Amino acid sequence: MANIAQLEDMVTQVRRDIIRQVHKVNSGHPGGSLGCAEFFVALYQEVMDRKEGFDMNGEGEDLFFLSNGHISPVFYSVLARSGYFPVEELNTFRLLNSRLQGHPTTHEGLPGIRMASGSLGQGISVSIGAAATKKLNNDNHLVYTLCGDGELQEGQNWEAIMYAAANNVDNLIVSIDLNGQQIDGSTDAVLGMGSIRAKFEAFGWDVLDVKEGNNMTAVIDGLNAAKAKTGNGKPICVLLHTVMGNGIDFMMHTHAWHGKAPNDEQLAEGLSQNPETLGDY
Amino acid sequence: MKTYTNTGNKDTRSGFGAGLEELGKKNENVVALCADLTGSLKMDAFKANHPERFFQVGIAEANMIGMAAGMTIGGKIPFTGTFANFSTGRVYDQIRQSVAYSGKNVKICASHAGITLGEDGATHQILEDIGLMKMLPGMTVINTCDYNQTKAATLAIADHDGPVYLRFGRPKVANFTPENGEFKIGKAVELTEGNDVTIIATGHLVWEALEAAKTLNEAGISAEVINIHTIKPLDANAIIASAKKTRSVVTAEEHNYMGGLGESVARVLSENAPTPIEMVATQDTFGESGTPAQLMEKYGLNAEAIVKAAKKVVARK
Repeated sequence: MANIAQLEDMVTQVRRDIIRQVHKVNSGHPGGSLGCAEFFVALYQEVMDRKEGFDMNGEGEDLFFLSNGHISPVFYSVLARSGYFPVEELNTFRLLNSRLQGHPTTHEGLPGIRMASGSLGQGISVSIGAAATKKLNNDNHLVYTLCGDGELQEGQNWEAIMYAAANNVDNLIVSIDLNGQQIDGSTDAVLGMGSIRAKFEAFGWDVLDVKEGNNMTAVIDGLNAAKAKTGNGKPICVLLHTVMGNGIDFMMHTHAWHGKAPNDEQLAEGLSQNPETLGDY
Repeated sequence: MKTYTNTGNKDTRSGFGAGLEELGKKNENVVALCADLTGSLKMDAFKANHPERFFQVGIAEANMIGMAAGMTIGGKIPFTGTFANFSTGRVYDQIRQSVAYSGKNVKICASHAGITLGEDGATHQILEDIGLMKMLPGMTVINTCDYNQTKAATLAIADHDGPVYLRFGRPKVANFTPENGEFKIGKAVELTEGNDVTIIATGHLVWEALEAAKTLNEAGISAEVINIHTIKPLDANAIIASAKKTRSVVTAEEHNYMGGLGESVARVLSENAPTPIEMVATQDTFGESGTPAQLMEKYGLNAEAIVKAAKKVVARK
């Protein structure tokens, strides 16, 4: 088990990376990215079994697919901080000719990305396919996915959720970023989904909650508990209760920062709340 | 004039099924997914002989395309099977993002394409799919003409690294290309040599084009029939060479004239060898219920329509 304080230091640095990327090009999605910083750091630094380097097929290692691709700033930061590409490249986020496109893509050959995402609702299907191939290849590694909660309004998810349960896809852990916000407002106000837990359970998934999705120890414990449940005939759903904009006080508990960049003063304020730990890029 | 013999009517979808079954034996990386149309797509043999590599996804085409894209990660070669309508328009965004943009080695195999699906009517008869698929960067688009060619194409696309749309149909039609013939993606096949008009046909219209060439020959018009099984990438050189020789072109396809083979040919010729063209295709319309033969006649997609178009375009020279 890694030192929690070290992982939390990385989270602080990742928050800096997120708002600096978005500020530089005055575009991107900081809110959801900040809410998932602990999840990404836990996954890449502690939970997943990863090989050195990157190859598309990812045999003999765990795989991760980001379904809600708009939170690319956190994904890019954690990939860079985990050694997939130089952290300096975060400087190119959303710029012309960059590998760090607005939404993640395989098209520019960025190491760490195995599937384009951005148009919502496709990640669980892709993950089920990758999980099926792992079984065919007798590869006992796991497939992890992250989806937004608002994203569950897309119908394709429920095709995939139905399939995974009916076909015992038990090498798959889908986490839902339950921050209760989407572009137009709260998920309840935009299109209430009722109990997401009850829905997954009714479809036949094994569901567990991480009530403190911005607490590193709680996230690691939750993901390890999910891991322990794999291989038992059911797909696993982790309901990750997070706070959008977490770690920057004026961005928290609102959908306002879903897809808005901070100005110079807001950037300075955000950075002052998250002192440099691993070194800025 | 070179003539071709129909060795017995067969459906192109059975050619796909036979090719897929052969692939199952030959290539352990080939997997198949089907959205509740196993019998219609003739995937039963693959399912029976390779059950661990067959994935029944239910009536959930979006999930099928996403799964197929994911299955390529780790080296599988997924073949998806459903009707052309549900293989394209219904799942366009899934194909666009998860397959085409992501550069995944998925083979989208689409039966019941075009109006010859017949009695089910317009909800199921897609006449826009070639256009939809050829617009996607990196997508190879193939429309085969008979059983033998569909089987050969099915085998060939497994060896091609990249996304492919393979379009075939429901009715039993003439089977006239060589058994176990070679299938070269992107290579036009010249079926008859002629001097007066070039007929560039794809899919079920290829046999109709050969029938039309016979009629035209009797009327003293020598037709060069080219089978374009690969609409993208298009064999521009073959088209340009023939058009320069005959100086008039008819295109023939079971598809809307907008977005289909005809427009691709028109682009190539307007850029390289401007030539009068007549397009045998549906005229920006939906289909309707009827037998395949009735529909081909009503919508002007048979040999008779090709003869008429050829005479018209020859007169325009």
